[in-house]
Amino acid sequence: MTPNEFTRRHEQEWEQLEALIAARSGRGSAKRSHRKYYPEMPDDSGMNRTEEQTVDQTVFPSLYRRVCLHLALARERHYPSALIDRLDRLTLSGHQAFYSARSRLLHNIAQFAVHDFPTLIREHARLFWFASALLYLPALLMGLLVHFQPEMVYSLLNHDNVRELEEMYRAGGAIEPETGSGRAADQNFKMLGFYVRNNISIGFQCFASGILFGLGTLFFLSLNGLIFGAVSAHLIHQGSAERFFQFVIAHGAFELTAIVLCGMAGLLLGRALISPGRRRRSEALAHAANPAVRIVFGATAMLLIAAFIEAFWSSGTYLPPTGKFIVGGLLWVLVAAYFLFMGARRAP
Amino acid sequence: MLDTVRTIETPEGVNIRLRLAGPVPRALAYLLDSFIRAVVWLVSFIFFVRFGNFGLGIWLIGIFLLEWFYPVLFEVYAQGATPGKQALGLAVLQDDGVPVGWSASVVRNLLRTVDFLPSFYAFGLCSVLLNRDFKRLGDIVAKTIVVHRSKPRVPQKLPPGRALPLPIGLSSPEQQLIVAFAARVPRLTWDRAQELARILDSTNGQHTHATLHTDVVSLIGYAQHIVGEREPS
Repeated sequence: MTPNEFTRRHEQEWEQLEALIAARSGRGSAKRSHRKYYPEMPDDSGMNRTEEQTVDQTVFPSLYRRVCLHLALARERHYPSALIDRLDRLTLSGHQAFYSARSRLLHNIAQFAVHDFPTLIREHARLFWFASALLYLPALLMGLLVHFQPEMVYSLLNHDNVRELEEMYRAGGAIEPETGSGRAADQNFKMLGFYVRNNISIGFQCFASGILFGLGTLFFLSLNGLIFGAVSAHLIHQGSAERFFQFVIAHGAFELTAIVLCGMAGLLLGRALISPGRRRRSEALAHAANPAVRIVFGATAMLLIAAFIEAFWSSGTYLPPTGKFIVGGLLWVLVAAYFLFMGARRAP
Repeated sequence: MLDTVRTIETPEGVNIRLRLAGPVPRALAYLLDSFIRAVVWLVSFIFFVRFGNFGLGIWLIGIFLLEWFYPVLFEVYAQGATPGKQALGLAVLQDDGVPVGWSASVVRNLLRTVDFLPSFYAFGLCSVLLNRDFKRLGDIVAKTIVVHRSKPRVPQKLPPGRALPLPIGLSSPEQQLIVAFAARVPRLTWDRAQELARILDSTNGQHTHATLHTDVVSLIGYAQHIVGEREPS
């Protein structure tokens, strides 16, 4: 068969597949081309989604396989390269339309929140505790150092940082103005934007830098731990402990845990590189990426919650300090319970 | 192999060819995207700053999304291409040739921070140059590739001429060669076409009983015949 005859004989099928692919990817011309090839179908108004899907599901696979066959034939017979190119492109887009997953986003998110996320964390519990240690041990260490040698705080923070901190948490400072609800509302909004951007970026850094054999995660977690320890101990030393802790306790439940989780995701990548097991390093890495990115998704959601709490609740004075400590404590219990009890139990 | 074409096999057993994109077009696409982002950054700031602290809050959230999710959204919803990649005809695909999904896109774009280290994408560039599929670190982890989107090629029109049956049996690649040559004739000067056609003379000796005419007009005629044009009877 000559190329031209081949084209004449099969061109209609190719155009039909093209039209179906266009309909799948939902481009503008989809309806029109659909009509062209299915004139027997009822009018646009009469043709509902399910009917369209039926046509799509019954015709598409067989048509696509036929075009695959045409491509193989055209190659085998050394038809002109323009023709092979055309079939090649058609097969590629058919392949993409056929095999790309159609996701049910909302359902997946709900499933993830109530089940997959906490289960996933429990699965890698040891890594979680390791990441926690990387954050909290340096914090404790630095806290003790600053407690016994207050000037140590300047080894991490410069004078301006420290003065700003003292200013913020002193009696009647930025955290505790005269007005009833703490900061003005629009100020809260600005801080929300700041917290979202700043905290989630830190989380992403902790995760991404894990690919450097885990060293980046090690660095960022410990650094954040050191700073947190230094700041806490310094403020305790200054006598602003109560104001500081009533500010951080509520959002800390989500924020600190989420940072640990981001670090944990980074360590998953690092571990894949350090001990890939029976896989090649690149494969081990790609394999570890799936759980890692799911953890990062979850942690991002937690950081968003933390940012809202930090912006609208933590600085407010709706409750007396005792009340804020109780609410904050409850949030810690909530987070812990979520990770301990939600989702599937381990098989008995 | 010094070749940037990768073939992937579909479950139907046919191969699809993908042309991988190297560091230069990718860097250009990135620069274009950075420029677009810088403009959005500035314009949105000018807009939101008028609404005081409230506006600044919204702006900061927007900037956060712009920094981290601008490539992700475009890659997932615009056939694997940010505007910059679109302009350079690039697209991100999964290793097996299907469009990139949420998690892969998020992974490759979060890992940009590491590819960027120590500065100006040094790690990423090293990785791209060392990897046979031009992958930066993010691509390795996410199992993605960046390819040139092939443009529909206009079928090569043969110059008009009377179809001539081939006097001798030629193999497929040889026939292909004649068709390709005939399609190129309109883009050559006549003298150059004649000159190229005469190269065929050297192969003629092997055939005893019949000879191939090696002038341009006859070759066009053979080409017409090969692609299936027949003398209108």
